[in-house]
Amino acid sequence: MYTAEFDYHRPATLAEAIKILGKNKNSKVLAGGHSLLPAMKLRVAEPAALVDIGRLKGLSGIKASKKGVKIGALTTHAAVAASKDLTKACPLLAEAAAQIGDTQVRNRGTMGGSLAHADPAADYPTVLMALEAVITATGKNGGRDIAAAKFFKDIFTTALKSGEIITAITVPAYNNLPHMGGCYLKHRHPASSYAVVGVAAMVGLGENGVVTRTSIAVGGVTGVAVRCTAAEKALAGMAPTAENIAAAAAKVAAALGHPMGDHYASGEYRVHLATVLAKRALTAAVERAK
Amino acid sequence: MAKYVGTSMKRREDPRFIQGKGSYVANLSLPNTAYLAIKRSPYAHATIKKIHTRKAKALPGVIAVFTGEDTADLGNLPCGWNVPGIKVPPNRCLQTDKVRHVGDRVAMVVAESPYIAADALDLIEVDYGPLPSVTDARKTAEPGAPVLHDSVPDNVSYTWAIGSKEDTDKAFAAADQVVELELVNQRLIATAMEPRAAVAQWDSSKEEMTLWTTSQNPNLTRIVLSAFVLFIPEHKLRLISPDVGGGFGSKIPTYPEEALVPWAARKVGRPVKWVATRSESSVSDSQGRDHVTDCRMALKNGTITGLHVKTWANNGAYISTVAPLIPTALYLTLLSGLYKIPAIYGEMLGTLSNTVWVDAYRGAGRPEAAYLVERLVDLAAQKLNMDPIEFRRKNFIPAGDFPYQTPVAFQYDSGNYQAAMDKAVEMAGYPAMRQRQAEARKQGKLVGIGIGACIEASGPAPSKVAGALGGVTGFWESGGIRVHATGKVTVLTGAHSHGQGHETTMTQIVADEFGIDINDVDLVHGDTAVIPNGMGTYGSRSTSVGGSALVRSAEKMRAKLIKIAAHQLEAAVEDMVYDRDNGKVYVKGSPNKSKAFGELAFAAYTAHNLPDGLEPGLEENAYYDPANFTFPNSVHIAQVEVDAETGEIKIQRYVAVDDVGKVINPLIVNGQVAGGVAQGVGQALTEGAVYDDNGQLVTSNLMEYALPHADLLPMIETGRTETPSPHNPLGVKGVGEMGTIAATPAIVNAVMDALAPLGVKHIDMPLTAEKVWRAISKR
Repeated sequence: MYTAEFDYHRPATLAEAIKILGKNKNSKVLAGGHSLLPAMKLRVAEPAALVDIGRLKGLSGIKASKKGVKIGALTTHAAVAASKDLTKACPLLAEAAAQIGDTQVRNRGTMGGSLAHADPAADYPTVLMALEAVITATGKNGGRDIAAAKFFKDIFTTALKSGEIITAITVPAYNNLPHMGGCYLKHRHPASSYAVVGVAAMVGLGENGVVTRTSIAVGGVTGVAVRCTAAEKALAGMAPTAENIAAAAAKVAAALGHPMGDHYASGEYRVHLATVLAKRALTAAVERAK
Repeated sequence: MAKYVGTSMKRREDPRFIQGKGSYVANLSLPNTAYLAIKRSPYAHATIKKIHTRKAKALPGVIAVFTGEDTADLGNLPCGWNVPGIKVPPNRCLQTDKVRHVGDRVAMVVAESPYIAADALDLIEVDYGPLPSVTDARKTAEPGAPVLHDSVPDNVSYTWAIGSKEDTDKAFAAADQVVELELVNQRLIATAMEPRAAVAQWDSSKEEMTLWTTSQNPNLTRIVLSAFVLFIPEHKLRLISPDVGGGFGSKIPTYPEEALVPWAARKVGRPVKWVATRSESSVSDSQGRDHVTDCRMALKNGTITGLHVKTWANNGAYISTVAPLIPTALYLTLLSGLYKIPAIYGEMLGTLSNTVWVDAYRGAGRPEAAYLVERLVDLAAQKLNMDPIEFRRKNFIPAGDFPYQTPVAFQYDSGNYQAAMDKAVEMAGYPAMRQRQAEARKQGKLVGIGIGACIEASGPAPSKVAGALGGVTGFWESGGIRVHATGKVTVLTGAHSHGQGHETTMTQIVADEFGIDINDVDLVHGDTAVIPNGMGTYGSRSTSVGGSALVRSAEKMRAKLIKIAAHQLEAAVEDMVYDRDNGKVYVKGSPNKSKAFGELAFAAYTAHNLPDGLEPGLEENAYYDPANFTFPNSVHIAQVEVDAETGEIKIQRYVAVDDVGKVINPLIVNGQVAGGVAQGVGQALTEGAVYDDNGQLVTSNLMEYALPHADLLPMIETGRTETPSPHNPLGVKGVGEMGTIAATPAIVNAVMDALAPLGVKHIDMPLTAEKVWRAISKR
């Protein structure tokens, strides 16, 4: 558990951090350190330099507006889980954050750090895909917004360019709308507590009780979390009966080609879990939307 | 009346642990310390062609790099349990010819910091010649399997058998029903909270070595190191095992690092420190279980008439210190369980494979036996269409039959299994439990109830028996008591506490032996300079053997105190009474004419007024050699619900009734049971070392190796019955391993009960969600 040698920088401002990142090849941003430091201790990661942004002002905190909630990248999972604004406007995200790791991890790990790491078994990417959230990255030329669907490229790979730092995440305040409900369910890995499979579902119901909006995303099965459009379409305009929900959930498999497998859970089992969890998440989301 | 024994005192050692004031090997900082790191094999099996150390040696801050050629003056690690006919392959501290498992030792670095040492490891290049490997307990004994050691060409180091094959064959021939099972008792990684560590300091002026090490048995390790490996005279080798953060058996063996660290300290002339990383522990600490077993049970008229067992026990790549004891005399001898079985035959093959070595792990042999017996018993009850509790009751050894001679060597000391079952049934509300299960089944829910009714053999062992079975040492324990002039007491035990709470239990015993305040009594353990002889802690032996030694020591001490009191009160020794309620000695019939414990202690040291010929001072020591093992037993009842769609398991209830004889501290006993149950549940549901086809350990870190998490467990409802052990002065039996033994079959039986309506007979552990789902959906 001894890291290789590295340089350590603790810039005072975001601009300085971006500058240092740009200057140092093979440098890494250190936030909560809950993914990076273990990898460094195992010498799986050997960055030449760390740029510690943990103390930068203005990068943490949650701000709600009528249409959306903006979360600073340094906000911890614990703060996301406990946020009254999120519980009111976007409870799906708070529900997922509460299921990350354990208390210690939630107290130290940050939302931005988790997203930048892009672990295929992480909880946030699945939820952000379902929510169509926007990730703001800041580089030397200023900030840009990246849609979640375009942010996650592959296992541990994102759309972040060299020298860019995630500064905020914006999620829709869907729960302020009438008859909207969401739910996040996961099968926890018995050792790591990561999501072997995680499913985020969001449902909107019309005046006559039929489904007007559906969003389903699955994580843990493929290299990046995916939207399950076939399943979503199957439920559109339908009454949210148990049969219709089950039929729609069965269609999530269509989005899960080339599933990953390991000694704990095969690809076949992960796809099966995704359909079961999708059915349950949709059912709960519908209940909450009523 | 005992003042402390039998009371739930809070553990006296805990304030220091919960305040971070414990003193562990890794905390020790000696001036001028150098840091050692081990270069380990990335291959499961390979020849070592050449080791290039030049670059590592050139790294600034590196003091030395050593290979097996350099450490040729170290002896091989010996086997301390030589069953007849065993072939023990050489177990070198650093390998020179071949590596035989991932994590095998190839070279070591001594450097100015642990960081530099780790950097230097990356600079050592080893030319390996990879060889085919085998990791499976049974496959390694098949013809054509890769051979690990030339001296063991069939990969079978030893075999052992017990019982009568002839009688057992007859029982099967006469049986009206037979149940059989092929099962795997999977390999477990012990994962003590504190990884192993060692610090050594060589005093060249006195030619003395001090080694601080995370051992469960520093005295035994000292003998092994002194006589077989380091060749430093025993009296010039001091071992200190300070606070140790858990062992579960993995800190029993003598390890290569315990020789390499002192060897290096002497070589470089500086204190040397090594602390294992967690990943390193996974590939170098002894592991547990790893059996493949074929077993069958013969039945006639609803009773068990015979049991036949054949087991392949994986020992790993080398034979660890007491490895051959575990699958022989601590396994096959337990096959009778709690049952009257007239004919039993058990045989086993101790195999070698390209895996980390296997040695004792909480329960050590006994859980493996209990698991197969209890699985077969459930299958038998199912086949006979009997309630599993009724079937057990019908076959239990009756309370009137003790001492009970089993057909597999052991003679059980005492027990009342029907009473234990009564208690468990009552606590669980078993009939109502079954009723709720029936209702749940109607709703399509998969609810199951499982029983683990198990025997343990704890407190090893009569030394004579140990010797006859292959043991190199005895199994007595030493207990010393020093009463100081001011009446304060130091207690010394050769047992070692690494989580068991000895500082509380042992002082409860001694305070009551004298009738004094427990705050005047402290326990010392783990330092061979203070406790020259002891056997350490394992096999749930500390209280029954070590505690008994202290009772004997106290008896001697009281006899001396009585002599002094009689002299001073001018009465005959025979007329004296030691009042253990009040800590004083008086003349029979005149309790007011007394001498207090403190007065007598002071008198013993002033020596102004002692009987003629009596030596001053109050120091006693006793060696206690147990007359038999003790046989604690338990009935555990678990209720689970299986998610029919996902295969996930939820434990709804867990009732644990244990008979551990007399109880010194109920709080500690409950804690031992609860912790043991958690570990047993871990084996049943989540834990398991997984090797891939190349012999790589896939579960080498805690992201992959699933220890049981708190949310896996319900509240554990503990209860007790009590049949005192008749052969030790405290009447105690062991408790440290009971939970681990009973929980595993209780949980697996519960899950199988839940799946019984679907026709599922058996799933090998761990019962992961996917395995259960596959069984349910027949995939």
